[in-house]
Amino acid sequence: MPLIEARDVYGGYGSMNILNGVNMALEAHEVGVIVGPNGAGKSTLLKAIFGLLHVNQGDILLNGAPIQNLPTNQLVERGMGFVPQEKNVFPSLTVQENLEMGAFLKPQNVKRMLGQVYEFFPPLQEKRHQPAGELSGGQRQMVAMGRALMAEPSLLLLDEPTAGLSPLYMNEIFDRVKHINAAGVGILMVEQNAKQALAIADKGFVLAAGQNRFTDTGAALLADPDVAKSFLGG
Amino acid sequence: MNELVFFINNVVIAGSVTGAIYAIGAIGVTLVFSIMRFAHFAHADIMTFGAFMVLVLTTAFPSVGMSIGVPTALVMLPVAMVITACLAVGIDKAFYKPLRAHGVKPIVMVIASLGVTLILQGMIRLFSGTGGQGLYVDDRKAIFRMLPFENVRVPIVITEPQIYLFAITLVAVIALHLFLSRSRLGKAMRAMSDNPELAQASGINTNTIVAVTWVIAGGLAAIAGTLLSLDVTFKPDLSFFLLLPIFAAAIVGGVGHPFGAVAGGFVVAFAETLAVFNWGVFLRPFRDSLPTWLELPSNLAFVGTEYKIVVPFFILVAILIWRPTGIFKGKVI
Repeated sequence: MPLIEARDVYGGYGSMNILNGVNMALEAHEVGVIVGPNGAGKSTLLKAIFGLLHVNQGDILLNGAPIQNLPTNQLVERGMGFVPQEKNVFPSLTVQENLEMGAFLKPQNVKRMLGQVYEFFPPLQEKRHQPAGELSGGQRQMVAMGRALMAEPSLLLLDEPTAGLSPLYMNEIFDRVKHINAAGVGILMVEQNAKQALAIADKGFVLAAGQNRFTDTGAALLADPDVAKSFLGG
Repeated sequence: MNELVFFINNVVIAGSVTGAIYAIGAIGVTLVFSIMRFAHFAHADIMTFGAFMVLVLTTAFPSVGMSIGVPTALVMLPVAMVITACLAVGIDKAFYKPLRAHGVKPIVMVIASLGVTLILQGMIRLFSGTGGQGLYVDDRKAIFRMLPFENVRVPIVITEPQIYLFAITLVAVIALHLFLSRSRLGKAMRAMSDNPELAQASGINTNTIVAVTWVIAGGLAAIAGTLLSLDVTFKPDLSFFLLLPIFAAAIVGGVGHPFGAVAGGFVVAFAETLAVFNWGVFLRPFRDSLPTWLELPSNLAFVGTEYKIVVPFFILVAILIWRPTGIFKGKVI
């Protein structure tokens, strides 16, 4: 049974559909990457999975149980973590307070998980008493991912985690994603840097106009000349 | 030296008393704004309600305080805080929550809160009458007079409720600080104020945070209203007239910053007292050395006492023009 599955999902804002029958399935401990041109519905799919926009038709299943249109705090309880692309930290809270908020539903875990998150992101430990709003973009992304990890999710959703970051931080973030996945967390991410993202992906989903265009393993998609020509810039 | 004592009595003590009341009121306003993003105009009347509850309880059990040597009104304050907190949560459930559920604009919430103001004030008037009533039912206010300097005729005067007021304000502010910086719910409140969507995505139940905010705002409002009524007397429209200075204080401090609200409260209060202070008293000792053609007017204040309310209004306008985010960089209303 897949960890997360989208079956023929239609959805969007109001009655206007942005997703027109998307299918997606990811096994536990896998990295899934959603790529595609602007406006293809990549982030929309992620938001639909996390209950942030209305699913008009189709099913979204977490471990086989339907979760479409559930309130987000219930999804967090069921083991999903979400890192939005923008505004993904609490700027006036310190780094540590940001992380603590991630474990809001599991306060007994705070100590143990803080240790684990600081292991994933060592730079955060020395900045733990600094307000998150004062950090650089890359460090903020680390805080945001750390916050989501604090709830010990089985599935982490990342919306363009490397957007606007320098190449150095970009590599760092991809590297961290691999580490987090190696620790047993399933990852589904939307990425603009398709080549780099597909290189670490077990599964890749190429979307266009709210529908699947190509679905395969990351390596196979990278090797596919059609995908390369139309979506990876040659 | 008499002039200095006059200054201490009329500016330092009077300003601190008013400042403390503005500060506690403004904290409530600023907390409600930072969580629900609207200016809650009914806050002043929730203060009045809290004081009215103390009045009712004190009238019902007038001798409770005697046994422990504290004014009965203060013994009843915690009970009144709980009742007022329940009222605040109830008002939210009845009036604001349905509006929030429809995703209305903040201005609609503001208008709704004006309606709540009218309801509350009318209800309190209905039961309490329109006149003033003392909250000191069991005994008289103790008044302390101190003669700090030798050969001074006028003493520094401070009353018992004023001392309680400073102590309670200090405790309330410290307790709030500890709650916001140490407790899980307090941090979640700050998180929601920063970024409500992300708070929800972190699994924070925003309805709980809203309820907690009303409990704190209601409790603090009861404190502010009671302390104000203890300092003077209870009247159904007493706190309503503080609405403007309290909002000025919240905005001066930077909306959304509880400690900005405290600072703003004292800034507004001291601006008021300094503006109505008769600066002529400081010139009086030099009266004899002044040229004869210069006659000292009896009152040398910036504005007359009856125009005191102009001062916070002026501060409000000035701050909105020159520094709309307030001292501590708050949100722009």
